[in-house]
Amino acid sequence: MRWGEIIKRLVLIPPTLAGVGVIVFVLLRIVPGDPIAMMIPPGASAADIDRLRALYGLDRSIPEQFVSWFGHVLSGDFGRSISLRQSVSELILARLPATLELALVATLIAIALGLAVALTGVYFRGRRLEWAVDGGIGVFLAIPDFLWALILLLSFGVLIPLLPTSGRIDPQIDVSFRTNFYLFESLLRGRIDVVGALLSHMLLPAIALALPFAALIARLLKASLSEAEDQDYAQIARARGFARPAILLREVFPNALIPTIALGGVQITLLLGGTVLVERIFSYEGIGNMAIDAVINRDFPLIQGLILTFAVLFIALNLAVDVVVTLLDPRLRHG
Amino acid sequence: MVDVAASVALQQPSRWAMGFRRGGARLWVGGAIVAVLILVALLAPWIAPHDPIEQDLLSGQLPPAWMHGGDTAYLLGTDSLGRDVLSRLIYAARVAVVVGFVAALLAGAIGITLGLIAGSFGGWIDQATSRLIDVWMAFPPILLSIVLAAVIGAGLTSVILAIVVVDWTRFARIIRAETAVQLQRDYAMAARVIGLNRGQTLRLEILPNLVPLVVTLLAVEMGVAILVEVILSFVGISVAGDTPTWGGMIAEGRQIIYQSPWVMAFAIGCVIVSVVGFNLLGDGLRTALDPVQRR
Repeated sequence: MRWGEIIKRLVLIPPTLAGVGVIVFVLLRIVPGDPIAMMIPPGASAADIDRLRALYGLDRSIPEQFVSWFGHVLSGDFGRSISLRQSVSELILARLPATLELALVATLIAIALGLAVALTGVYFRGRRLEWAVDGGIGVFLAIPDFLWALILLLSFGVLIPLLPTSGRIDPQIDVSFRTNFYLFESLLRGRIDVVGALLSHMLLPAIALALPFAALIARLLKASLSEAEDQDYAQIARARGFARPAILLREVFPNALIPTIALGGVQITLLLGGTVLVERIFSYEGIGNMAIDAVINRDFPLIQGLILTFAVLFIALNLAVDVVVTLLDPRLRHG
Repeated sequence: MVDVAASVALQQPSRWAMGFRRGGARLWVGGAIVAVLILVALLAPWIAPHDPIEQDLLSGQLPPAWMHGGDTAYLLGTDSLGRDVLSRLIYAARVAVVVGFVAALLAGAIGITLGLIAGSFGGWIDQATSRLIDVWMAFPPILLSIVLAAVIGAGLTSVILAIVVVDWTRFARIIRAETAVQLQRDYAMAARVIGLNRGQTLRLEILPNLVPLVVTLLAVEMGVAILVEVILSFVGISVAGDTPTWGGMIAEGRQIIYQSPWVMAFAIGCVIVSVVGFNLLGDGLRTALDPVQRR
């Protein structure tokens, strides 16, 4: 990915987002379920229903509704949630930090696990342990995050109740923080009790999200490490008498890192997409859980806002990975 | 020239046979799991010990037969309505198999067609397809399936459509790239030189070389489709009413997770075994059919 490519990608972002907006909007407008029907009290008159419909703009044609909605989105106004009766932007901004913190913790766990497994696998190349590592990676890759979430819920929530399985933090802990980035803010403020409570709630969902991603990192990194270790420079270092762990870590690892980031980095979006169900399973108060509620309640403005939020995050992450790879790889940097 | 052509033709069948030998344990284990799954789905009415929707409220939430309080009439126990868990798991395999095969084949047909067209024509057609894929990739896939299934309404067709609409890009992206790569190869150039037109080149030269890739993608997609069906059932927007599904059983089991965790555990087990089976089959087929390793 050269810089020119990256600029091209930047140019394509607005049309891509507009495309996402159009598709979601049109999809939701052909829904048979009526969002107004779900919010009216019993016994409301036809006039009341019409008034509500007009209030949410649902009486206009679909193109008219779209132009009006998209115009507001461009100015940062995502409309009002029908089921929660609040501004969609405020609702999303309040919940987004919880999801971002969860995804970050999950990514860190995945990287740590993936590195450890890949290095172990390469160190025992050609021996029976490598075979076991490869098999394990295959199984962990095949089972997706939401199944891990259910398995973890069953094992550590029910059978051996070690960790909390619901919510973001214990309700009795006072978190009157300035932001909703509870984890970052409690770390900065040195509130160790809050950090502990947050992490204990986050651990099971984060591990569930991390396991398939860790397996992917392990598989990619292990392949790159094996390839790099067969290169001349590694063989020469070995011939000169350097110990194998030292060669693996100092010589081989940095070279194996770039292909792993290039191929595996984009998969962070999968992890982020996985938060939808994992948050649901652990009743974690992030935007994923909110999205399922929004679909169940046929809350059009909220669904639209949430899907656009995910789309922005996905595109930003993909771009960030490309930039990192370009910065790391000397061949591309000067290309 | 004639001799070479004849000897290549003679080797043709044994190539596949050799490939299947090379696929190794993964191919056989994966194939066996998938075969058992299909058999169970086909034979459900004959092998299920009970009617999957028959309620026996007097024996609700029975543990599996080998546990204390279990009843040998209900081998894997019963759910909260006293329905036989084993029979429900067996019948649920039918939904999984139908969704897996139909959704994967439809998504594959659409994705492969678009990928071939985009990869071989290039120009604005390729640009348009690529932009469409970009838009699709910007959606969180699970959320898009959930929204789609909610939009279309409950039912098997709705679930299959939701999977096809979301997952065609998996095929289109890879087939597009691979078609473009293959067209650059010497053999494709040679085909043009001897006077084949674009359609003939695609059909006679490119497509046969894409078969291993397509077969592998299909096997993996069947596993993915089964998972999406489970997810939709779990969220509560899959096939309607009484039809047992693994996802539905997981959702029901979650309600009684503290009283009878086995309902959820057995359903999760079935999903994992099937998905691992399809993945192993895909991996094995990739090794078995890979034209590079074949040499």
